[in-house]
Amino acid sequence: MTDNNNLIVYCEYEDGKVADVSLELLTKGRVLADKLGVKLEALVIGDKLDKIEETLYPYGVDTVYKVEDARLYPYTSNPHASVLINLFKEIKPQICLMGATCIGRDLGPRVSSCLHSGLTADCTALEIGDHKDPKTGKEYTDLLYQIRPAFGGNIVATIVNPDCRPQMATVREGVMKKEIKDPAYKGEAINLDASKYVSPEDFVVEIIDRHIEKSKVNIKNSPIIVAGGYGMGSKEGFDLLFELANTLGGEVGASRAAVDAGFAEHGRQIGQTGVTVRPKLYIACGISGQIQHIAGMQESSIIISINNDPNAPINTIADYVITGNVEDIVPKLIKYYKKNSK
Amino acid sequence: MSLNIIVLAKQVPDTRNVGKDAMKEDGTINRAALPAIFNPEDLNALEQALRLKDANPGSTITLLTMGLPRASEIIREAIYRGADTGIVLTDRALGGADTLATSYSLAQAVKKFGNYDIILGGRQAIDGDTAQVGPQIAEKLGLPQVTYAEEILELKDGHVVVKRRLESGVETVKAPLPCVVTVNGSAAECRPRNARRVQKYKYAVSPSEKEKLSDDMKAIVDARPYLNLQEWSAAYVDADPQQIGLAGSPTKVKAIENVVFTAKESLTLDNDDAQIEELVKELIANHTIG
Ligand SMILES: Cc1cc2nc3c(=O)[nH]c(=O)nc-3n(C[C@H](O)[C@H](O)[C@H](O)COP(=O)(O)OP(=O)(O)OC[C@H]3O[C@@H](n4cnc5c(N)ncnc54)[C@H](O)[C@@H]3O)c2cc1C
Ligand SMILES: Cc1cc2nc3c(=O)[nH]c(=O)nc-3n(C[C@H](O)[C@H](O)[C@H](O)COP(=O)(O)OP(=O)(O)OC[C@H]3O[C@@H](n4cnc5c(N)ncnc54)[C@H](O)[C@@H]3O)c2cc1C
Repeated sequence: MTDNNNLIVYCEYEDGKVADVSLELLTKGRVLADKLGVKLEALVIGDKLDKIEETLYPYGVDTVYKVEDARLYPYTSNPHASVLINLFKEIKPQICLMGATCIGRDLGPRVSSCLHSGLTADCTALEIGDHKDPKTGKEYTDLLYQIRPAFGGNIVATIVNPDCRPQMATVREGVMKKEIKDPAYKGEAINLDASKYVSPEDFVVEIIDRHIEKSKVNIKNSPIIVAGGYGMGSKEGFDLLFELANTLGGEVGASRAAVDAGFAEHGRQIGQTGVTVRPKLYIACGISGQIQHIAGMQESSIIISINNDPNAPINTIADYVITGNVEDIVPKLIKYYKKNSK
Repeated sequence: MSLNIIVLAKQVPDTRNVGKDAMKEDGTINRAALPAIFNPEDLNALEQALRLKDANPGSTITLLTMGLPRASEIIREAIYRGADTGIVLTDRALGGADTLATSYSLAQAVKKFGNYDIILGGRQAIDGDTAQVGPQIAEKLGLPQVTYAEEILELKDGHVVVKRRLESGVETVKAPLPCVVTVNGSAAECRPRNARRVQKYKYAVSPSEKEKLSDDMKAIVDARPYLNLQEWSAAYVDADPQQIGLAGSPTKVKAIENVVFTAKESLTLDNDDAQIEELVKELIANHTIG
C-alpha cells in the first residue's frame, strides 16, 4: 500500500451495527472527499464483521478496511490504536475522522500522540479552506477547518493542522446529518491481517465485566421534542411533559440542571455535554437557555419556549414565546391538541 | 504497600459562570475576569488518589501541574485536602501549547520525577474541553490507559481494577501498573480541606512565591522542607524546544469567535386559552404536529 491521501473514518461497531455517529461522519466525509477530489475510506475493527461493507458502501464509501479478530472486540485502547497507527503509516490518509464518543476520545489522542498529528476535539463543523500562516506567510490550500466550541461553549474556534498528517478530528453524535448517498454505490473491501498490525503486548488491559445498557430513549431521531428544565420543579413535574410528548408523538428531553436535579435520566440531556438534536418542533418548558443548552438544539425547525420569565435567554431564539407557568400552559397544549386533531 | 502516586491537575478559568465582562471587545476571553479554579474533574482524581493512600499507608501523592507560576495555588489546595507535595511545571517557552505539546511537556516532567506507580488525572479540563491530555501522556510514556474511570475498585499485585462509566453502560477493567487513569465527574466528590492541614501548610510556597516573602518568613519556610513546593522549567525536564509551546503544537487556532445566537423574530403569547388554541391549530395545519 502507498500514500493515498484519502479521507478515512474510523467506524465504531457494536452488536452487528455500525454506530450512528460513524455513519454521520461517512456522510460528511463524502462531501469533504468530493471537495478534495479524493476517496472516502472506512476502517472497521472487531469481531464477526461479516458483510459490514454492504452497509457502508451506500454512504459513498470507496474502500472498507476490515480488521477482524476475536481479540479486537470489545474495544480496548492499545490494540485499536496500534491498528490505526500502523495502517496510517502505510496509507497516509490526509484526514481521519472519528466519533467524539467514549471510544473515539480514548483512541484519537493515543493515535495522534504517536503519529504527532494534531487532533481537534468535538468539532461542530468541518470545512475545507485555505490558510496563510500569520507568522511565516506560508500559504496552504485545502486544509480541514475544524470548528469547535471551547470555554464551556462561550467561544467557537476554527482550528487547522497545517503541517502534520493526518488532520484528525472528533465529532459528537447527532451533530452531522446521516444520509445515504446512493443505495447502489459500490466500493471495495480489503481484509487486513490483524497480526500484522497488533502485537501480543498490546493486549495489556483486560475487560473483566461489561454491562451495556441499550439506551431506551431515542430523542435524537424524534421529530418532536418536549424538553424540561429546572423550572419543572420536580420529577413529578416531568410527568406532565411525558403526557404532552405522548399526546404529540414525541420524546422528552431535559436540560442538565433538570438531569442533575434527578428530574430526568442522563440519556435525555440535550446540549453541549448531552445530545445534539434538530427536531421539527422543540418545546422548551422551564428552560432558561444557557449557551450550553442552546448549542444542542438551536437548529430545531420550530422552537416554542414556555417560561414564566419574559426575559429568559431562550426566548430570543424561539419562534413562539408563551409567558407563564408550565403547570398552567402544558395542560392547555394537551387539551387543545386533543380537541383539534382528528 | 506504599505507593508513589502522581495526580495531574490543571488550574482553569471558571468557564461555568461566564459573565458579560468575561469577553473582551475583540471577542477574546478576558481571563482576568474569570476566577482561576481547580479543574473540577481533577478533584475527582485527587479523591481516588487519597483513597489509595488511605488504603496504603505511607503512600505519597504528588500533584503535577503545568501552567503559570500561580498554579501553585491548586497545589496548596490539594495539600489541604491530603496530598503531600507538588510541582509546577512553568516556563514561558511552554505557552501556547496544544494538547500534544502539553502532554509531551508533562510526560517529560513525569520522566524526571521517575519512580511512580500510578498517574491519575481528570477526564477533561473545562477550558479546552478536549479530554486528550490523559491518553496522550499514557502514549508518550508507553503506558496503558484507563479513561472514564468512576472508581478504582482494587489495587494489588501490580495491577488496578477500575470501573469505567461509558455512555452505553459500565465496564470493569484490569490494567497492569504503572498506568494512567482519567477520572470522570461522576466519581466520588473530593473530600473537603482538613483544618489541621490548612494550619500546617498555609505557608507552603513555590520558589517564586518565596522570593516575595519577608526575610523572617523565608527563614521559617527554609527551616521546614515540607513547605517548599517545586518549580520546574522546560530545560530542567529536558524538553526538546521543538516539541513544546506553540512550536510543538500541530494544531493552530485560526480564528476565535464569540458565540452569539441569531435572535429570531418571535411571536409572544400569554397564558390565554384562545391564543394557545390558535397556536395549536396553526401547528396542526402546517403539519408540524399531528
Ligand atoms: C479555544 C481553544 C480550543 C482548543 N482546541 C484544541 C484542540 O481541539 N486540540 C488540541 O490539541 N488543543 C486544543 N486547545 C489547546 C488545549 O486546550 C491546551 O493544550 C490545554 O492546555 C490542554 O488541553 P485541555 O484543556 O483540553 O485538557 P484535557 O485534555 O481536557 O485535560 C484532561 C486532563 O489532563 C490533565 N491536564 C491537562 N492539562 C494539564 C496541565 N496543564 N497540567 C496538569 N495536568 C493537565 C488534567 O488531569 C485534566 O483533567 C484549544 C485551546 C483553546 C483555547
Ligand atoms: C461545561 C458545561 C457543559 C454543560 N452542558 C450542558 C448541556 O449539555 N445541556 C444543558 O442543558 N446544560 C448544560 N450545562 C449547564 C448550563 O450552563 C445550565 O446550567 C443549564 O442548561 C440550566 O438548565 P435550566 O435552563 O433547566 O435551569 P435554569 O437556568 O435554572 O432555568 C430554569 C428556568 O425555568 C424557568 N421557570 C421556573 N419556574 C417556572 C415555571 N413554574 N414555569 C415556567 N418557567 C419556569 C425560569 O424562569 C428559568 O428560566 C453545561 C454547563 C457547563 C459549564
